[in-house]
Amino acid sequence: MPETAMAEAPARAAIGGNILQVRNLEAWYGESHILHGINFDVNAGEVVTLLGRNGAGKTTTLKSIMGIIGKRAGSIKFNDQEIMRATSDKIARMGIAFCPEERGIFSSLDVRENLLLPPVVRPGGLPLEQIFDLFPNLKERLSSQGTKLSGGEQQMLAIARILRTGASFLMLDEPTEGLAPVIIQQIGHTIARLKKEGFTILLVEQNFRFASTVADRYYVVEHGKIIDGFSNAELAANMDKLHTYLGV
Amino acid sequence: MQALYAQLLVGLINGSFYALLSLGLAVIFGMLNIINFAHGALYMMGAFVAYFLLNLGGVNYWWALLLAPIIVGIFGMILERTMLQWLTGLDHLYGLLLTFGIALIVQGVFQNYFGSSGLPYAIPDQLKGGMNLGFMFLPVYRGWVVIFSLVVCLATWFLIEKTRLGAYLRAATENPTLVRAFGINVPRMITLTYGLGVGLAALAGVLSAPINQVRPLMGADLIIVVFAVVVIGGMGSIMGSIITGFALGVIEGLTKYFYPEASNTVVFVLMVVVLLVKPTGLTGRAA
Repeated sequence: MPETAMAEAPARAAIGGNILQVRNLEAWYGESHILHGINFDVNAGEVVTLLGRNGAGKTTTLKSIMGIIGKRAGSIKFNDQEIMRATSDKIARMGIAFCPEERGIFSSLDVRENLLLPPVVRPGGLPLEQIFDLFPNLKERLSSQGTKLSGGEQQMLAIARILRTGASFLMLDEPTEGLAPVIIQQIGHTIARLKKEGFTILLVEQNFRFASTVADRYYVVEHGKIIDGFSNAELAANMDKLHTYLGV
Repeated sequence: MQALYAQLLVGLINGSFYALLSLGLAVIFGMLNIINFAHGALYMMGAFVAYFLLNLGGVNYWWALLLAPIIVGIFGMILERTMLQWLTGLDHLYGLLLTFGIALIVQGVFQNYFGSSGLPYAIPDQLKGGMNLGFMFLPVYRGWVVIFSLVVCLATWFLIEKTRLGAYLRAATENPTLVRAFGINVPRMITLTYGLGVGLAALAGVLSAPINQVRPLMGADLIIVVFAVVVIGGMGSIMGSIITGFALGVIEGLTKYFYPEASNTVVFVLMVVVLLVKPTGLTGRAA
């Protein structure tokens, strides 16, 4: 690991401090009321996972935090600053980065352009060498069209490009969806390494077996509300409940 | 033979205007998803601004080449901020109708004050005269228009295809929401892009003024052909617009020489053929 990156890690994570506070978050798609008062916290340096079935409101929660959903109510505080009324570009510049479920790789851009697209919003982002250290495949495919990559490589690219920006708070939406087990394992290693680097990560996952390898805490979302929450240490004791919640 | 070369030159000059205008249309369509029917009127405004600068302010052609695109570009950005931005997400038809209405109003206002006949705009002293190339006589100004247009078109292509700013533009064309979530102020970028597209039209207007005179309906005559050029090249395709613009100008010129009766319709015949064979245009991508 390059020394510079390691030196910046503590600055990213003032361990334990509350970095995100979501209170009574409601959101709508047109006339459809999707979130009905979501409440949760994320502390600096931890990996928090939102679990839940399809359509529970997990992705909408991330999009609401990112300012992508137009009609929202409630309160979202990032580093004690209210961001409910901020536009998504301003939210990104505060240090929140979003990796969408559909990956959002741009077909008109090659891998290098996709990787360099998000602007650096603050100091402390990973240098390219370190990103290639995390995702060696990308280095070999820099001049390929972004959408010509395999699903796993596209997911790596989607995560890699937000690591450059200096954002300290990463929101990853279903990063393992549709990927082969070996790639899922690689993504898991990457998330664990990012956590060690001091990134705070809010993860949306349906695959709680994967989530259990990286998460510190879990919140279960159902019908647009948080219905339960527990730490990784309490996971084993909550497995039956979790199976019921997730229908697995 | 002299006549053939002369028609080829006329074709290249027309192609220069087609390329500059269709390039602006392609940039605007790619980014705003708006079929900018006001483009011809904005081209005409570029010529009129050059005329006003010269006759009211004593500002020469060279400064007009810089100032007219900026002034008309700012006018375009005001249009985008006050009207076009509200059409985001709506069907193309709304943008087409709004910009068509804007074109009629702008042209109507100019026609009201200046009539339909042309106002003279002199060729700058440095570009007067001509050169005997042996096989033809080349008026210097016309040669300048072709070369300068080509340089501007290639510079615009480079800006969009090879720079970081261009990558933002291309990405925002695909997924503006995500680009904004990366921290890029997409609405401001859209406004500037519209200003750039309009500025290109105004630049074509200034270049055209010494050749075609300054007339309120000069854009209305041209815009239908330019739309055919954009359709043939492929909506939103930058290089497609440039190549098709010049190529169709030349084809039109050749048709004037070999079969003059078809010179006004050849572009539209080609458009129909392209739409039948490759509806996305020669260089356009399928949606």
